Amino acid sequence: MSELLVKNAYVIDPVNGINGEVMDIAIRDQWIVEEVGSGAMVIDAKGQLTLPGGIDSHTHICGTKVNFGRYMSPEDMRAGRMPRRGSMHATSGYSVPTTYGNTYRYSTMGYTTLLEGAMAPLEARHTHEEFTHTPLQDTMANTLFDGNWAIMEAVRDGDMRRVAAITAWTLSAVKGFAIKLTNPGGTEAWGWGEDVTCIHDQIPHFEVTPAEIITAMITANEMLNLPHSVHLHCNNLGKPGNYTCTLDTFDLARDLNKNRQTLYATHVQFHSYGGSSWKDICSKSEEITRSLNSKPHIVFDMGQVLFGRTTTMTADGPMEFNLYRLHHNKWSNHDVELETGAGIIPVLYRRSNLVNSIMWAIGLELALLTDDPWQCCLSTDSPNGAPFVRYPEIIAMLMSRRYREEEMSSVHPGTEHRVPLPAIDRELDWEEIAIMTRAAQAKALGLIDIGKGHLAPGAEADIAIYPIQIRDVDPSVDYMKVKEAFATTAYTIKRGRVVARQGDCVVDGINSTIWVDPQVPPEYDISNDPEFVKKFDRYYTVRMRNYPVQDVYLERQVCLRPEVSL
Amino acid sequence: MKFDDVLCPFCGCLCDDITVTAEGGRVTGVDNTCLLGTSKFLGDNRLKNPIMRTDDGWKDVTYDEAIASTLDALLEADRPLLYGWSGTHGEAQCIGVHMAELLGAVIDNTSSVCHGPSILAIQEVGHPGCTLGQVKNRADVIIYWGCNPTEAHPRHMSRYTTYADGYFLDNAFRDRTVIVVDVRRTETAELADVFVEIKPGGDYAVLSALRAMVRGRDEMIPDSIAGVSKEQLRHIVEICKNAKFCAVFFGVGLTMTRGKYKNVRNAIELVDELSRHTKATITPMRGHFNVYGSNEVNTWMSGYPYAIDFCRGIAFYNPGETTAVDILARKECDAALIVASDPAAHLPSKCIRHLANIPVVQIDPYPNMTTAFCNLQIPVAVSGIDAEGTAYRMDGVPIRLRKVLETEYPTDTMLLGRIYEAMMEVRGR
Repeated sequence: MSELLVKNAYVIDPVNGINGEVMDIAIRDQWIVEEVGSGAMVIDAKGQLTLPGGIDSHTHICGTKVNFGRYMSPEDMRAGRMPRRGSMHATSGYSVPTTYGNTYRYSTMGYTTLLEGAMAPLEARHTHEEFTHTPLQDTMANTLFDGNWAIMEAVRDGDMRRVAAITAWTLSAVKGFAIKLTNPGGTEAWGWGEDVTCIHDQIPHFEVTPAEIITAMITANEMLNLPHSVHLHCNNLGKPGNYTCTLDTFDLARDLNKNRQTLYATHVQFHSYGGSSWKDICSKSEEITRSLNSKPHIVFDMGQVLFGRTTTMTADGPMEFNLYRLHHNKWSNHDVELETGAGIIPVLYRRSNLVNSIMWAIGLELALLTDDPWQCCLSTDSPNGAPFVRYPEIIAMLMSRRYREEEMSSVHPGTEHRVPLPAIDRELDWEEIAIMTRAAQAKALGLIDIGKGHLAPGAEADIAIYPIQIRDVDPSVDYMKVKEAFATTAYTIKRGRVVARQGDCVVDGINSTIWVDPQVPPEYDISNDPEFVKKFDRYYTVRMRNYPVQDVYLERQVCLRPEVSL
Repeated sequence: MKFDDVLCPFCGCLCDDITVTAEGGRVTGVDNTCLLGTSKFLGDNRLKNPIMRTDDGWKDVTYDEAIASTLDALLEADRPLLYGWSGTHGEAQCIGVHMAELLGAVIDNTSSVCHGPSILAIQEVGHPGCTLGQVKNRADVIIYWGCNPTEAHPRHMSRYTTYADGYFLDNAFRDRTVIVVDVRRTETAELADVFVEIKPGGDYAVLSALRAMVRGRDEMIPDSIAGVSKEQLRHIVEICKNAKFCAVFFGVGLTMTRGKYKNVRNAIELVDELSRHTKATITPMRGHFNVYGSNEVNTWMSGYPYAIDFCRGIAFYNPGETTAVDILARKECDAALIVASDPAAHLPSKCIRHLANIPVVQIDPYPNMTTAFCNLQIPVAVSGIDAEGTAYRMDGVPIRLRKVLETEYPTDTMLLGRIYEAMMEVRGR
């Protein structure tokens, strides 16, 4: 048994309604408790800002396409190298760091839990292997179902129980956490070099539409009682005028769950464009947030773009090819049989570029125009909009109109006529930032019940102490102090242990992977279904026996076993 | 005892439908394997225990002695090289990278002498690829360029391409067009619908011509390129452009002949060009069953797929300088640990001569050509026969190797783990 007492912490804990109280936090082993003995180790937080450990609800850190981003980009690897030091391994990479690079940089920023945004089931083992080498955060994986043949066939046949059964078996087999749809239907069409334009296009050969897939998966998600909702990357990403498609997609979601949203829309910035071409592209953040403000059952993340070099990577293969034809840089693509796709290209977002400047503004607008911060998770879709190490800049811009104006003055001069940003006065406060970087994520992912995202007794002792006395700082003026404070914690505590201190990671750590195993009754166990098994055997190139991810890949794990209603 | 759906630890096809019968501590029968796989499963002649070279020949030593001796050799060296890795599982490869980092060593795998140039090309222009099941289910045009699957990847055509059942093909064999491009009429060429015979060293020129023709620039192409007639090139371009899905596979005939990575770059750019007309993909025919896994592991651990030099503390990558061949040819390396490969069979003679002059420890189950000059050989369990672990197929699909025999031998992971632990004791944190 180990005990730790964090004294004089200036706590913001939105889940528990605590907004700026100086208090002590008692920790026994990995949990927060009411009190500890006099022998407990003491950390004096000296009134510094203390929050639950950060949670990233959409980031690309581990798996096949992430690693291919590294593999194809020695120029990016060279841009982030550090030697072995203390208990830290050598690291490489700026926009796509090595696994140790990810884990150390997230940890020194106070992040303790990460959701990998996209895992192809067939290649899940790879994601889990990399998770093992991401030791300072708890990890989980969105599992891709956007082009899943068996699911599309079941949707076509209107057999919702079968949709749910296939989903349950797959999630459980690959030790995934949630349902991810990336350009649903589009990734299958890309198997023929084609795409879909929006939710009502027919998917070649399968006679279903993206709208039907999305609706069916939302229903299946609730039948399976999964902790998170469907996690959706809408169709038609990155195209001028795509906001209408996004609005139509939002209209598909009905309020089906009293504890959380029924739809999580990811990197909405990339889906909020007006205009009919690159010549007249403009922000439609007002229309998009008007829809979101009237739909509390949708939660989203920003997908903020920041200027500079990065790498884009997504299961949305056709989108990446289109982007490649604009950038003429280098292009990788990786379609996955019977399931999904992937594409990767490096990009450089420039201030001097009008489109890039509009994208930059839209991300901020989405956060500032959404009334309820619980609906808006701060993200860059790392590394797609920018690498996660740049989150502190976003926080500082959201808290300071002056900082935004300063940035606005250096972007493409045409921007201000195409975006509402200059007219937005709102400055977010500390509590709103705390919500948008951990509490909202914990709620949206359904992790509050297992002790994530808050600091009450019973919660897991994941804590970030930032070196800032917020009572002495006016963020709208001192935004550089805000940015600095969120870049490096004084202490990051993970599972009751100090894991990072002033920028150094001090322990090896072991991650825990959170996954779901829906308790499906035997009659709905799809692995006993002759038709399912026959098709699997004939069309996959891996035998069904060799498909599931073995327990040995998860050194520590938290398995959630929801009761289902089929 | 019978085991179904076992993985074959031989080539990059990583077939996972093998049936293995094992009795009395040895494999007595296999089904579904090719000749190469059969010989691997039924192979005998394992080294019984660690052996150390002395002035009077080989001496049997214990594992403890062997580990101590390995430690001495590596810790005393100024420029140690950790080479091989393609024939073991990923978990062992991970320890190798940690070890290289701790020692300040160079770690390199067999890509150096096979698909290293493919990686360089990919780093310049990217890689439009897919899993093999995409090809199996969709591809109506298959191109094998500079490779001979019939002999090197014997089940490639039946599992993934020509003869494989495909969801979108009524009669897979009849509906697919197979094009083979090579400098000689190989056995694979005999199975092709179209065989293109190129003069040695002419691949780059032929690829350039095809790219130009896909772009509609026929007029600039002469009547014959590297022995291939313009008429035949036009025929190929027609086939590719009219394909629904065109899958290109290439081998060391492209990577290790004149032009090397430029050839591969040109092939990738041809696929890129075709992607503007139809669906097209390209896949390297990786050799060792887990050479791609070694590239993957190195990449997530260090940032680079091969040729990683930790001598400055950071991971430094510069193929041509930090590749095993170059470190050895410059006689820089002063001790080598060889794991799961046989450099004596693959490296240039100049490198082998240098290896013969420095301390070399080899971790490998079988006596091989490298045994002839190594100072110490430590036998281990065979990955995929008596050791489990992860392997990555040539298309990046990771599958877990099964274990069909109980064994007294340590696995690579166990042995390397012990060496690494001992190293940590000495070098500390």
